[in-house]
Amino acid sequence: MPPALVGKVAHRLATRARWRLLEYAFWLAALASFFLLPNRHLILTEIAWLALFALSLDLILGYAGIISLGHAAFFGLGSYLAALLAKHGIVNEPVLALVLSGLCAAVLGFATSFLVLRGSDLTRLMVTLGVALIMREIANQIPDITGGADGLQGVVIAPILGLFQFDIFGHVAYAYCLIVLFILFLLARRVVYSPFGLSLRAVKGNPLRAASIGISVNARLVTIYTFAAFYAGIAGALLAQTTAFASLDVFSFERSADLLLVLIIGGTGYLYGGLIGAVIFKLMQDWIANLTPQYWQFWIGLVLVLIVLIGRDRIALRTGGVRLLAERITRRFAPAAAPVAVPPGEGS
Amino acid sequence: MLRIVAIALAAGTMASTGVLAQDVKVGVVLPLTGGLAPVGKQVQAGIKLYMDKNGATVAGKKIDLIIKDDAGVPDNSKRLAQELIVNDKVAIIGSGITPSAMAIGPLSTQGKTANVVTVSGTSGVINPNNPYMVRTSFTLGQQSGIIAEWAAKNGSKKVAIVQSDWAPGAEATAVFTDAFTKAGGQIVETIKVPLANPDFAPFLQRARDANPDTLFVFVPAGQAGTFAKQFAERGLDKAGIKLIGPGDIVDDNDLPGMGDAMLGVVTAGIYSVLHNSPTNKEYVAAFKKANGYRPNFISLGGYDGMHLIYEALKKTQGKTDGESLINAMKGMKWESPRGPISIDPDTRDIVQSIYIGKVEKVDGELYDVEFATFEAVKDPLKKK
Repeated sequence: MPPALVGKVAHRLATRARWRLLEYAFWLAALASFFLLPNRHLILTEIAWLALFALSLDLILGYAGIISLGHAAFFGLGSYLAALLAKHGIVNEPVLALVLSGLCAAVLGFATSFLVLRGSDLTRLMVTLGVALIMREIANQIPDITGGADGLQGVVIAPILGLFQFDIFGHVAYAYCLIVLFILFLLARRVVYSPFGLSLRAVKGNPLRAASIGISVNARLVTIYTFAAFYAGIAGALLAQTTAFASLDVFSFERSADLLLVLIIGGTGYLYGGLIGAVIFKLMQDWIANLTPQYWQFWIGLVLVLIVLIGRDRIALRTGGVRLLAERITRRFAPAAAPVAVPPGEGS
Repeated sequence: MLRIVAIALAAGTMASTGVLAQDVKVGVVLPLTGGLAPVGKQVQAGIKLYMDKNGATVAGKKIDLIIKDDAGVPDNSKRLAQELIVNDKVAIIGSGITPSAMAIGPLSTQGKTANVVTVSGTSGVINPNNPYMVRTSFTLGQQSGIIAEWAAKNGSKKVAIVQSDWAPGAEATAVFTDAFTKAGGQIVETIKVPLANPDFAPFLQRARDANPDTLFVFVPAGQAGTFAKQFAERGLDKAGIKLIGPGDIVDDNDLPGMGDAMLGVVTAGIYSVLHNSPTNKEYVAAFKKANGYRPNFISLGGYDGMHLIYEALKKTQGKTDGESLINAMKGMKWESPRGPISIDPDTRDIVQSIYIGKVEKVDGELYDVEFATFEAVKDPLKKK
C-alpha cells in the first residue's frame, strides 16, 4: 500500500473515532447523576449493570449481526462466580473477582462460539437459548454449590480495593458500576472503531464478500463473541457483588429477552443504544410499576408496540437535525478535520 | 361551598395527623406479575381485606401500605426492599416467595427492620442469622411430616414419591421420607419431575412399576389437576394406589378447575375454605365479596401477617424499631381463619394446626374437606 494511502486511511479512521459533543454530554450527565440524585442510586446501579449487559449484546448483534436469546448464560456464570468467589473467600477483593468472573464467562463464550458459527439466525436463536437453558439447569442440579432454587445465601462482599465498603444506600455500588461501565465502554469504543471493528461490520453486511476480500469471518466472529461474553460476565458479576446474592434467575430466558427489548428501545450498532435503552427501560419500568404494580407490563408492552410502529428510523429523523448541529459545532472546534459523512446509526 | 368543606376537611386531617405523629409505613414486596402472580394477588387481597376490616389506624398511628411488584425475581426484590428501607423509611417489610425472602433477609438485619414473611414455605428462610424475620405462612415440613404420620397409621406401607424438582419439593420429600420410615414404612421409589410443563405419564409408569400402595406427590398447585388426571388415565387409582400430598396440591384457588380426578386425594394442609369456624366463615364471605374468587392458604399469610403487625404495634404502643416489634411478635397467639396459630418465641417461625383433608364434591364444586386435626405443629426441621 502506498504511504499516502496508508496515511489517508489512518486519518479517516482517526476522524471516525473522534469523540462527539453528545458523547461528552452523555457521560457528563452520567457523572452528574451520581451527585444530583443520591436518593436514586439503587436503581441507577441497576441501570449501570444493565447498560453494560446491553452493551455486550450490542457488540455481537449490532456489530457482528449475531442474534442471541441466551446472553444470560454468560451473565449468569459471571454472577454465580463472583458470588461464589466472595462466599468462600477464594478471591475477596471485588475488582479482582470481577475480572476473574468476566474471564471465565469469556472462556464459556469461546467454547460456545463455535456453535454460533453454524447456521442462520434462527439456528443461532435456538442454540444460544439452549446454552442458557443448559447453564440454568446445571445450576439447578448442583444445589450444594449454587443453592439451587433458593439462591446462593451468605455472600459477604469485601470492601473494593480494601477501601470502600458497599453501603445500604447504594452510593459505593453506583460509583463502582459506573466506573466499570465507563472503562469497559472506552475499551469497546476503541475496539469497534479499530480496523477489527470495521472488518466486523463488513462481515455483518455480507459474510461472503467479506471472506472474498480476505477477512477470516469465523475467527472474527469467535473473537467478538468471546469478547462480548466477557462483558456479559462482568455485568453479571456486578449484579452479584452489588446485591450480595445470586439466584437461578440470572440465567432466565426473560433476562435475555428483556435485554433484546432494551436494545430495541435504544437502537443497535452505535454503542450508546444499550446504554440509552437501559436508562429508558428501567426508569419506565420503575415509574409505571409504582403507579400500577399489577399491570405495569401491559403499559410497557404498549410502549414497545408504539416504538416499533412509529419506528426508530422516524425518531432518528427527528434527532437527525440535532446530530447535524452537533457535527457542525464539533467541526468548528476542530477545523482541521475533514468532514466525514457519518452513515446512519453510527453517530452519537 | 364544597371547596370550603374540602379545605376544612383537609385542615382537619392535617391537624389530626399532626397529633398522631408519624405514619407507620409498611412496605410489601410481592410477585404481582409473571408466573407467580396468583400467589402475590392472594397475599395482597389478604392484606387489603384485613385493613378494610380493621381500619388503617392502629395504636394512634396511621398505617401507610406500600406494595411493590418484584415479578418473582430476587434481585428486584432486594432493590425494592432496599429502596423501601432507605428512601421510604418503612418500619416493617413484608416479603413473599422463598428466593425473594432470602434476598431481603440480610437487608432487614442490616436495617434492623421487622420483616414478615407471608408466602415462603422453605424452612431455612427463618434462621438465627436474620433475627428480625418472622413467618405467617407455613413450612412444607409441617405438612409433609404430618401426612407421613397419618399415612403410616392408616394402612400405607410402601410409598412412591413424585416430586417437582426444586427446593421446596426436595424439602417436602426429605421430611416425608424421614417421618415415614421412622413410622415403619418404606419408600420404594423417589422420582423427580421437571418443574416446567412436565408430562407425568412416564414418571407415573415408573411409580407404578415400583408397586407402591400409596403415592406421595408434591407438584405446584397448577399442575396437580393434570397430575391427577394422568394418574387416573393410567389406572393407578384402579390398581388401588392412594394419592396423598401436602396441602399445596389442593390449593383452593385452583381446585374448582382441576377436574373430578382429584376426588379422594388426601392431603395435610394448613387451611381449607370449608374450615369450620365462625372466624373463617366471615373471612371467606368477605374475601369472596371483595375479590370474586376463593381465598386460599396463601392469602392467610397476608391476612395474618397484617394482624401480627397490628397487634405488635398495639403492644409496643406505636414503637416501630425492629427490636421492639419482633419482641412483641414473639409468642403472640391468635385465632386465624385457618384456626389457632402462634409465633414460636424461640425460632420466630409459625406454629399452627395441620388438617388432614380429602377432596370431595360439595354443592357441585370440589373442596378439600378437613376430617382430622393435628394441633400446634412446629416446623420439624427446627425441632432438633
